[in-house]
Amino acid sequence: MSEQSIHTSVPAELAPPGKVGRLSRLMHRSERARGYGLIAPALTFMLCAILLPFAILVVMSFWTATGFDFDTSFSLENYKQALERPIYAALLERSLWMSGIATVAAVVLCYPMAYFVAFHVHRHKMFWIILMTLPFWTSYLLRVFAWKVVLGYEGVINSFLISVGLIEEPLEVLLYSQSAVIITLAHAWAAFAILPMYVSLEKIDRSLLEAATDLGDGPVMRFLRVTLPLSLPGVISASLLIFIPTTGDYITPALLGGPDGAMIGNLIQKMFGPINNWPMGATLSILLMLCISVICVLFILLTLFVRRRIS
Amino acid sequence: MTEDAYISIRNVDKYFGKFQAVDDVTIDIGQGEFFSLLGSSGCGKTTLLRMLAGFENPTHGEIYIDGQPMSDVPPHHRPVNMVFQNYAIFPHLNVRDNIAYGLRKHKLPKAKRYEMVDEMLDLIKLPDYGDRRANELSGGQRQRIALARALILRPKVLLLDEPLGALDKQLREQMQLELRQLQRTVGITFVFVTHDQEEALTLSDRIAVMSEGRVLQLDTPSGLYERPHSRQVASFIGTMNFFEASVKGVQGEKVDISVRGLGDIAARTTGQSLAEGEKVQVAVRPEKFVLTADQPGTPSSSVPGIVETSAYLGERSHFFIRLEGLDQTVAVSAQNSAGTQAFGDGSKPVWLSWTEDSLVLLPPE
Repeated sequence: MSEQSIHTSVPAELAPPGKVGRLSRLMHRSERARGYGLIAPALTFMLCAILLPFAILVVMSFWTATGFDFDTSFSLENYKQALERPIYAALLERSLWMSGIATVAAVVLCYPMAYFVAFHVHRHKMFWIILMTLPFWTSYLLRVFAWKVVLGYEGVINSFLISVGLIEEPLEVLLYSQSAVIITLAHAWAAFAILPMYVSLEKIDRSLLEAATDLGDGPVMRFLRVTLPLSLPGVISASLLIFIPTTGDYITPALLGGPDGAMIGNLIQKMFGPINNWPMGATLSILLMLCISVICVLFILLTLFVRRRIS
Repeated sequence: MTEDAYISIRNVDKYFGKFQAVDDVTIDIGQGEFFSLLGSSGCGKTTLLRMLAGFENPTHGEIYIDGQPMSDVPPHHRPVNMVFQNYAIFPHLNVRDNIAYGLRKHKLPKAKRYEMVDEMLDLIKLPDYGDRRANELSGGQRQRIALARALILRPKVLLLDEPLGALDKQLREQMQLELRQLQRTVGITFVFVTHDQEEALTLSDRIAVMSEGRVLQLDTPSGLYERPHSRQVASFIGTMNFFEASVKGVQGEKVDISVRGLGDIAARTTGQSLAEGEKVQVAVRPEKFVLTADQPGTPSSSVPGIVETSAYLGERSHFFIRLEGLDQTVAVSAQNSAGTQAFGDGSKPVWLSWTEDSLVLLPPE
């Protein structure tokens, strides 16, 4: 092949080296520029869809409702009311309590499942994970209704208990109660508990477990001193992933809670809906968010402290 | 079981499903010995080590440590500790707590425990490292900490699974020396798994060469190097030249053999009984050949050849010599001196000579 033909075989659109555009040169030089470039779409979306509404919410929480209209002058009246009137604090406390129990239940029940798949399933792990997420292939609403069928007055549990003769009359406490909401929340969010815990368990190097055994730990001590501390990130993220959204949930308490099982989310929804007191709704949302933030920070600090203590 | 055996591996088989990882291995290891299991990957050496640690159980056979059968003893109750290939340093603990990990059972006050850890840190030459976390350590440091974590428990046996494999060459050689020194200081029995024959030769009192789950030969380093029992062992450890040969006559230890490329020569058996006409292999280490420009005075143990290629390695040179009637070249390693430079150009024939002792007779392949 002659030198001439080599030259002509280079495609014309390939720019000769050294003549690179300014943008690509910037991208190439600065890792930070590349990073920002990558998160730009998500960042833009977050700004528009989260920060902006949040800012509106904050501003609105300092308004007050007057009849059908809003007084847009700055006022702390809503916050004052929210702290003074016991109904708000009671509902908030109940919400945190209920979703706290649901979170603990989901994490405690899902940890063994995640552990089982991570350590004892050697083939077709994907299949098992898909199996565990199977309930989540139906809509949230359907799952809540399914629980209604299970827990209802003439539902699965009651008819079973009657047919085996344990009870005469159907139990009324099953449905429209706090426990109904807690059961449903714990089940409805289980996938969010299993997956992060599975990932952090799966990541644990098996030789660390062998090393712990080799250094004299039996199965229980090994679990407490190595497996659990190393899977704590998964436990923490599972807890937060469940606790944060369930505290503000309003579908489940609306459908299964009855008067006893109502949560703060129901009230917020009513503020924005039938009551038409948007500023109060905004105030309650922000108070809820603050509570959740404080609890999450305390929770993370606590787990880190516990982790240091047990290991 | 022999009297002084500290670890005794008796007829141990290990199957994983249908795959046999360890095949009827019997080994006795003495107290305070530095014992190596040497072989390429998949030869069963790590499986054997893991059976000593208790992470696997033999399918057949029994392992005794200090006279006690180990079958029913779970790993956390065995008097052995292990240094893992990847060191298995606990990432959530600092160096001090890593080393103190196994002391929990000893129910010592915290101050006493940390005192022992500080002693260990001095021993591995990493004082003041107690507060570092695992991810702040280099490979060599992790290796020492893994060692300290095991040694602080004063095990009767320390098992090491290729602990130097992840280190670069210089650090490796330094750690080899330190390891050997440490072993002499603490006087613990070391069972060391490696695929690096040089490492095994440097460190060990005795070596078991393994292949496909079997022990090919169990010997001292010099025994393995000088008197290999098979071609596999001979070629696994160092470089070896092999020649096909047949036996011409036998007189006690002395045999006359006809060797392809070397001619009719005299050799000595190393215990095996040979019959006339039997096929054998002759193995000769590259450094056992002597190269001279002129024919030496012993025509019966020398042949002429042509240097085909040569490699200068500073202290030594390697020559690859073509002999008449031989397909492959013969590797010769010679100390460099004023005269050896002249062999390299291949223009003149050189003379290859040897002594009877340097010939090893092996069974045919």
